[in-house]
Order: sequence, then structure tokens, then C-alpha cells
Amino acid sequence: MQTVKMVITGPFSAGKTEFIRAISEIVVVSTDRRISDTTAAVKDETTVAMDFGRITVDDDLVLYLFGTPGQKRFDFMWEILSEGMLGFIVIVDSTRSDTFHEALQILHTFQGYANTPFVIVANKQDMPDAWPPEDLRLALGLDNGVKILPCVSTDRESVKTVLLELLYSILESYE
Amino acid sequence: MALKGHLRDFSLAQLLNLVNLAHKTGELQVSSGKKRAGLFFRDGRLIDANLNHGSDGNLLTLLQKGGKLSEEQAQTIRSHVVGQSDKELGLVLINAGFVSQSDVLQTIRKHLLDVVYTLFTWEDGDFSFEASANPSDGKILASISLDGIIMEGSRRVQEWEWLQAALPSLDVTLRFTEKPGASLQDIKLSVEEWRVISFINPRNTIRQISRYNNMTDFQIRKIVSQLMEKGLVEAVGTPAGQPAKQVERAPVLKVPQIKPPPVRKGVILRLIDRIRGL
Repeated sequence: MQTVKMVITGPFSAGKTEFIRAISEIVVVSTDRRISDTTAAVKDETTVAMDFGRITVDDDLVLYLFGTPGQKRFDFMWEILSEGMLGFIVIVDSTRSDTFHEALQILHTFQGYANTPFVIVANKQDMPDAWPPEDLRLALGLDNGVKILPCVSTDRESVKTVLLELLYSILESYE
Repeated sequence: MALKGHLRDFSLAQLLNLVNLAHKTGELQVSSGKKRAGLFFRDGRLIDANLNHGSDGNLLTLLQKGGKLSEEQAQTIRSHVVGQSDKELGLVLINAGFVSQSDVLQTIRKHLLDVVYTLFTWEDGDFSFEASANPSDGKILASISLDGIIMEGSRRVQEWEWLQAALPSLDVTLRFTEKPGASLQDIKLSVEEWRVISFINPRNTIRQISRYNNMTDFQIRKIVSQLMEKGLVEAVGTPAGQPAKQVERAPVLKVPQIKPPPVRKGVILRLIDRIRGL
């Protein structure tokens, strides 16, 4: 049995968990914690470890999707998760321009871990105030060679398109 | 006449030894300041335990704390079940398929052990032993040998003393070390350690983190000490209530570039076919 993996990363609350949930054939192992204490100076619910999804190709091949913890304080986990990945996806919440800079930092961090193909996902395109992918490109200062794909991470077809685009990029890297 | 005394004169380990050897039945009550604990024994075995007259939780709360029921499930059940004893409640939950009998028994057993091990950390307090006293009707009872409890409790007392020395105050906050000393790839974190890590914030003291996670002082000290030993966190003296500081991003790790694994082109083509077909 051969297993391969992709990493889904991005800033806090960008939509990584929904992305994996939309496509995975198994229940995603999400370690969300809810805090009811109103005095807590922390977010109500967040991914404290990682999300995990699986797509079985056949008896001999399985693709795993690993979602990174979104909060900055877990970034020491990223290096571990990135080991051996085929490629990675940086999900950006297109409605929150205040997270764009962080998304760019995350992209640079993962590029430092592995010289593997990647795509940028302009998520939440169903929201009225979402930045279009080309505007996001300008904001992030990325050249035209970088794929920035529109997406709604709760929509399976949209997620499929992103995964396929990443696989096409991986395929191109063989040439 | 009840046996009475002070923990300074008779330690908990000595009292449990007495109950164990004499196969006593009854209740050992211990009080320390505002804290109260009750341990019930039958023929020298621990059958029930509570802290502060049971305010540490009924069966539903314990099952939720132990992860056997989700918060939503517990809320739903709580709104439908009023005034039932733990035994009745346990039967309802088992029959409805929410939990198994084993879940209930394991949860009760863990609770009893948590209470008694917490008691080992009380250095000061009064005790009284009331022979023939029984737990209230409707409680689900266990039957745990005291031999292991005495040994483990004594070991924890030593560990507790060490932990107190290592982490004298719980009213401090934690932060992630900027330069972890160990190789990060060798670090494995337990679920409990993750739970603590997720609440590390300049505004949360260690005591608050333990409260959010329903952990005892012993548990939180142990976990924090382990995280400190691993070089992941350090205590800082900012008390609760101080203005929040921005959590600074840890410096990006500079690691050599990792080459992608050697995967044949055919594997990628198979992946594409599969995802197209989803």
C-alpha cells in the first residue's frame, strides 16, 4: 500500500477544516475544542491539533490530506506535517484582507520546508465582500505563474477543482 | 465512636493502610480549609468517593468530562432527566445506547481514583472515620483494592513535592519559548498536553487553564512541567488581569529544503483519475 499526502494550510479560520471535510471519504479527525467560560480570553472553538482526511484511490494507493492548525502558536507543527508532502494548498479567506499578509508568510514558510508545487485558494468566494482571485494576487504580490484559484470550501466540486489543479501542477513538475 | 485526628499525625497513606489491613467498612471524611472529601469503604476496598459533598459532579458531568458524552448530548439529556439517581441515569443512558456499561464503570472508577489521589496532595487537614457509614442510595459503586492506591498515592506525594518545587505558583502565565532546546521532530505530545497548549495565552494563568480543562492541580502541574522539560513553554510572571499582550509569532524555523518523495508519474495520474471521478 502506497500512501501520499498533501498539506492544507492557511491562516486561522480560513476554511481548512471545511475544505477537507468536503472531499474526505472518512470522518475528519478534527480536534475542535469549545470553551463556554465567558472569562476565557480565547476563541470559542478552534482546531488545536490537526484535521485529517483520506481519499482511497485503489487497493494500492491512498491520498491523505493533512490540515495544519491555523493558530500561529502551533506553527512548530508545520514542519513535521510537511515532511514528504506531494504539494500544499494555502487557503486564504478572501473576505479578510487583514489575514493576507499572514497567508503570504505561511506560503514562504512552506516553500522553505519543501520545494514542492502549491496553489493558493481564494476561499469564501460565495461571500459578497470576497476579493476576486486576481485582486488577491495583487494584494499578495504574486506573479502570474502562481495559481490562485477561486473556491468555496464547503462545495465539493469547488474543492475537487483545487485538488486537480494542484495535481496538474505536480504533473508539470515532472517535465 | 469515630476515629478522629489530623493529617499531620496520620497521613492518608497510613489511614488507608489501616482500613485495608482491618478490612474496615465506613466513611473517611477529610476536611482542609473549605475543602471536604469523603471516601467510602466496604471490607477494606474503596467503593465511592466525593469532593465537597459531591459538587465535583454527578454521573452525567463525569461522563462528559471523560469524553464519553459530547457537551450537546449532555445538555440534551440534562434537560430531559431531572431528579434521577446516578444508577437510574446510568441505566437510561446504557439502554438508550449513549454509553456502554463499561464506559460507566470506567468513568466511576477514574473519578474515585482522581478524588483519592487529589486527597494525597492535601498536606493539612482533619479526618474522621465513621464505621458502617454507607454511600447514599442510588450511587453507582465500584470496588477498588487499596494496595495499588496506597503505592501510587505515595509515589504521587513525592512527585507532588517535586512538582511544587518546579512550579511554585499556578497564578502565572505561560508562553512558548522562542528557541526550543530540543529537536522539534522528536517531540510527541499527549492529548492532555495539546489541551493545555491550546489555551496558552498571555491572559490565561495556569490555574485558569486547569479550570477550563477540568484538571486537578496535580494534573496541570505535571503537564506544564513536562512541556517545560521539553523546552516548549516557559512560565512568565504576568498575573491575570494584566493588559493582554500581542502573542508574537515564533521565528520561522530555518530548515534545509526537503526534496519531495520519489513518486512515479503514474501515481499522480491515478490520483487525478480518482479525484475526477469523485
